Parts: sequence; C-alpha cells; structure tokens
Amino acid sequence: MKSLYSRIKPFLIAVLALSVSAGYVHAQTHLLNVSYDPTREFYEEYNRLFAQHWKATTGQDVVINQSHGGSGKQARAVIDGLEADVVTLALAYDIDAIAQNGGLLDKDWQSKLPNNSTPYTSTIVLLVRKGNPQHIHDWDDLIRPGIKVITPNPKTSGGARWNYLAAWGYALHKSNNNEQGARDYMKKLFANVPVLDSGARGSTTTFVQRGVGDVLIAWENEALLALKEFGSDKFEIVVPSETILAEPPVAVVDSVARKHGTEKVARAYLEYLYSPEAQDLAARYFYRPRLKSVADRYAGVFPKVNTFTVLEGCGGWQNAQAKHFSDGGTFDQIYGK
Amino acid sequence: MSNRGANSSSALLQPSMQQRVGRVVLIAAALVFLAVFLLLPVAAVFTQAFSQGWAMYRDSIRQQDVLSALRLTGLVAVIAVPLNVLFGISASWAITRFEFHGKSLLITLIDVPLAVSPVVAGLMYVEVFGLHGWLGPWLSEHNLHIIFAVPGIVLATIFVTFPFVARELIPFMQAQGSDEEIAAVVLGANGWSVFWRVTLPNIKWALLYGTILAASRSIGEFGAVSVVSGHIRGLTTTLPLEVEMLYNEYNFTAAFAAASLLTLAAIVTLVLKKSIESATGVHQHGQEKESES
Repeated sequence: MKSLYSRIKPFLIAVLALSVSAGYVHAQTHLLNVSYDPTREFYEEYNRLFAQHWKATTGQDVVINQSHGGSGKQARAVIDGLEADVVTLALAYDIDAIAQNGGLLDKDWQSKLPNNSTPYTSTIVLLVRKGNPQHIHDWDDLIRPGIKVITPNPKTSGGARWNYLAAWGYALHKSNNNEQGARDYMKKLFANVPVLDSGARGSTTTFVQRGVGDVLIAWENEALLALKEFGSDKFEIVVPSETILAEPPVAVVDSVARKHGTEKVARAYLEYLYSPEAQDLAARYFYRPRLKSVADRYAGVFPKVNTFTVLEGCGGWQNAQAKHFSDGGTFDQIYGK
Repeated sequence: MSNRGANSSSALLQPSMQQRVGRVVLIAAALVFLAVFLLLPVAAVFTQAFSQGWAMYRDSIRQQDVLSALRLTGLVAVIAVPLNVLFGISASWAITRFEFHGKSLLITLIDVPLAVSPVVAGLMYVEVFGLHGWLGPWLSEHNLHIIFAVPGIVLATIFVTFPFVARELIPFMQAQGSDEEIAAVVLGANGWSVFWRVTLPNIKWALLYGTILAASRSIGEFGAVSVVSGHIRGLTTTLPLEVEMLYNEYNFTAAFAAASLLTLAAIVTLVLKKSIESATGVHQHGQEKESES
C-alpha cells in the first residue's frame, strides 16, 4: 500500500517547480506599463525600440510587459494593487485618481514631464461610411433626426469622455456659452445613440465590424487605424469645425517603481517617448507627435484642426468629472430622461 | 398513452398521420435549434480560424503570447482541478458518511459558486487581497502577489469550479450507501485502505466525470479570471482572455484560431464525458450500482 504522500509527490514537485520558475521571471529587470485599449499596437513596437535604446546606452536588458483595458478600469486595477511601474492612460483624471485614492504617486505628477506629461496627442473626429451618404460635415449634423451615432459610455470609457467634452465644447461655443443650449444639444445627441459600448475599441468594432450606425465619434488614431485595417474604400474621416485636443498622459508610479527598484529605467522609458525616434513611431501609429520636426513630416496624415483643451472647454478634468460624469451629473441628466 | 397502446397495439406500430407530422415537426425544430445556436457558431469559429489557410492558423497559434496563454491555462487547470478533487472527495465523504451539525449548510455553501456571478467572485478576491483590501497591506509589505498574478487566477478558478466534483459525488455516494465500507472496517481495514480499496474504486467513474467537468470549466472561465488577471500579456492572460484581446486588436484570424483551441478542448470534454456515460452509466446516479453488485 503506497502512502498518500508517495502518491501525490510527483504532483507536489511539479507545482513547486512551476512556482519557482514563475518566481524566477521576476529576477530580471521588468517594467510593467499599464495602458488603455487603443495603444496596444504602438507600445508593442515602442517597447522593442526602448529595449534596444536602453541596451545601447546602459548595457542592461529590460523586458517590458504591457496590460491594456478601459482606462478607468486600468486605473482601478492599479489602485487595487496591479503593480504598474508606469501608467500611460487615456486621460489625466484617471492618473489623478491613482494619486488620490492610492497615494501611489505625487499629486503634481503631471508637471514632471514636458507638455503636461503628454508626449503625443490626438483629437476627436467623426468616422462615416464611404461617400458620406448621410452628409455629415460637423457636430450639428449628428443631432438631425434619424442619424445613428456610435460612441462609448462616458461612465466607463476614457475615450468616450473626450468625445463627450468635444461635443460639449462645440455646443457651448455655438450657443455663446449658454449652458442650457449646450445641454439641449447633448440631449439630442445622446437620443441618437443606439448602443453605448463600454470602451472605445468596442465602439469601433460595433461601427466598423458589425456595421451599426451612420457615424462613429472616435479618437483620430482609432479612426485612422480603422481606415488602415479595413480599407479606406469603406470609410472616411470627417474633421469637425472645432474639436478637443486629446492629451493622453503618462506617469511613473513612484511607489511601485521604488519598491521594484526601477525608478531610473521607468523614468527613462517615459522620457524616451519624446525622442525623435519614438515621436516618429507615435506618428506611424496615428498619434500626433509633439516634436515639430516630426509633426511637419506627417502633416499629410494629420489635417489641420481647430482645437480647444479640456482646461479651455471645461475648466480642467476635475471640474469636468464632477460636473458631467459623476452620479447625477449632466450625463446622467441627459441620458436618463 | 399506454392505455391506448394496450387497446390497439397496431396504432402504436403505425402512428397516425397526425402523430407522424407532430414527431417530424418536433425533431425538425430541435435540429434547427441545434444547428442555429450550436453548430453554426462552432462552424463559424473554425471557418474564421482557417480563413487565411493552414499556415496562418499554425502561425497564429505559435505566437509567443498565445503559447504562454495556453501554458497558463494549463497550469491553472493542473493546480485548480486536483485541489477541487481533494475538496470534492472530502466534502462528499463527510456529507454522505457522517451526521454532523451544519451539514445542510455545507451542502448549500457548495452551491454558492453556481449562484454567484463569476465577476462578483473575482471582485470578492479583489476586496480581500487587493492593495486596499483586508490582507492587501500585509501582502504588499511581504512582497507577496495574489491578485493580478497567477495565484489570484488560480484562486478565482478554484472558486468557480469547486461545486463540480462534489455535486457529482454526493448523490452517487448517497445512492451507494456505506455497506461495503462498514464491511471493510469490520474486517479490520484501516481508514486509508478503506478509502483506496473500497471507496475510490466504487466512485472512480463519477469522480472522473466531475473532474472532467471541473477541468473544462477551469479552462474556459472568463469572468472571474478577467477581474483578477490584470491582463498582463504573456504573464497573466489565460486563453479566453487572449481570445478577447486578439479580437480587440482586429487580429480576427488569430482570435478565432485561439478560440478553436478552446472549442477543441470542449469537444474532447464532451467525447470523454459521453464515453464515460456509455461505458458505466454513471449518470443514472446509482441505478447501475444494483445491477453491478
């Protein structure tokens, strides 16, 4: 009669070996970049570029892991203990949330890197079906009766908040800063939205893959990527007369990096985003580069747009969040009724 | 029905036109339902997976990320399933062989994972092990990683799969009774030999059946794992999560290729399940026991 121990011994050894090998992986220099959905392709390529650069300048190997999801959800995960050395999220509010709720980085994180810690920008545009059959040329056309507008849920999606604020800023200017006018516009706009996906990529798939809706409000980089993936013979981009300057920020999560001993490489990882090589890469993945020399080279890809910032349009993210997206805020008032 | 059949047995042998039409309609309805909701989607998975040829399919599956997702899914099943077998056997042994206070509570608790949404299950672990959860600060101080790491994924998987083995064994062992075990004890066998020589051989098919169900669920679990995974490519993504990611990246061929692996796992499960059923009649709980003994 074999004892229980001898029967389960091979299994115990296997489990032990696996956990040891899993632990071993953490012995090298690793960085975890927690990001949002549409940046997957860009960071995959950038990680290779940075690893080469780091090897060339310091002789050290660095392996960068990435995690992607809805921006708000990702911020939540970092607060709950997902050990990100750096975060590259869709909007400053989400990194603010990490600073406030988790205390994992300084409240003045946004002043630590150039350009409000946003190495690349984007903007909000309209994607329509080829030939623009519904004649959509500007924000006003989205509230015509019968037009189906696709945009994600601003409660859950960072991209959707940019969409919302872009429309809000336009409506506010149009009605000479009369808030009631802007509200009326937003109410009509959301009455035309048949589905609210939870994330920006989900909305793109709804519009592009499932063929729902007449117009998609989207990040410019998402719209350009959709043109590239699905063919410019199927869709076209409409640039509205006025839109928002979307600034997706980046930051080192100080306390995690300190714990991992990766402060230096994490900082270098983000600073290198401002280099000409990385800026060029960002442009190839349809993010508007900050560096003028690179921006000039890609002027053909990115049309001139008339933009306002969150600060100009809505008095900054804290205000925008409290006013529009908190429980009982304008979005709830508009969409609930 | 039996009454009528006794009166005119010829009517049974040659069903009336109406009965025949009724039967055809019912069978057709069931078949159409199956085709639309089961066969069509399965066919779609494989069509999409092979839409760019066998070579592309092979390359999609051989991608580093898909391979590591496959490995992780296997690792999680290898840890979660044996633990649940252990738990399932002890729980059903205790429940069917002993009387104790709180027995009905234990039976109810075993069913909790079937009643709770997997997403809620995942969130419970975040509440306990998250940085701001009950154990989070202590874990972080000691540099132990539970959620957003492999242990959390294993825990969540154990949670959603733990009813399967016990649920199979309890009715089976109840029907079987403890006569043989009592006889073995009377003849002088100790606890371990009663278990290895009497109980285990008796329950082995039901146990295998429950194990297969638990394994297939652990391979396919999405919701609970999604909450605790952290979605780190190559490290904490299981195969179902990888499928979603690939799909979101417009990488449809690779997404469906990975999905086809999950579908294959499900088909293997079904075949195993079916062959156990027909080999032993396990699923007519205890009924075959009498004919056996």
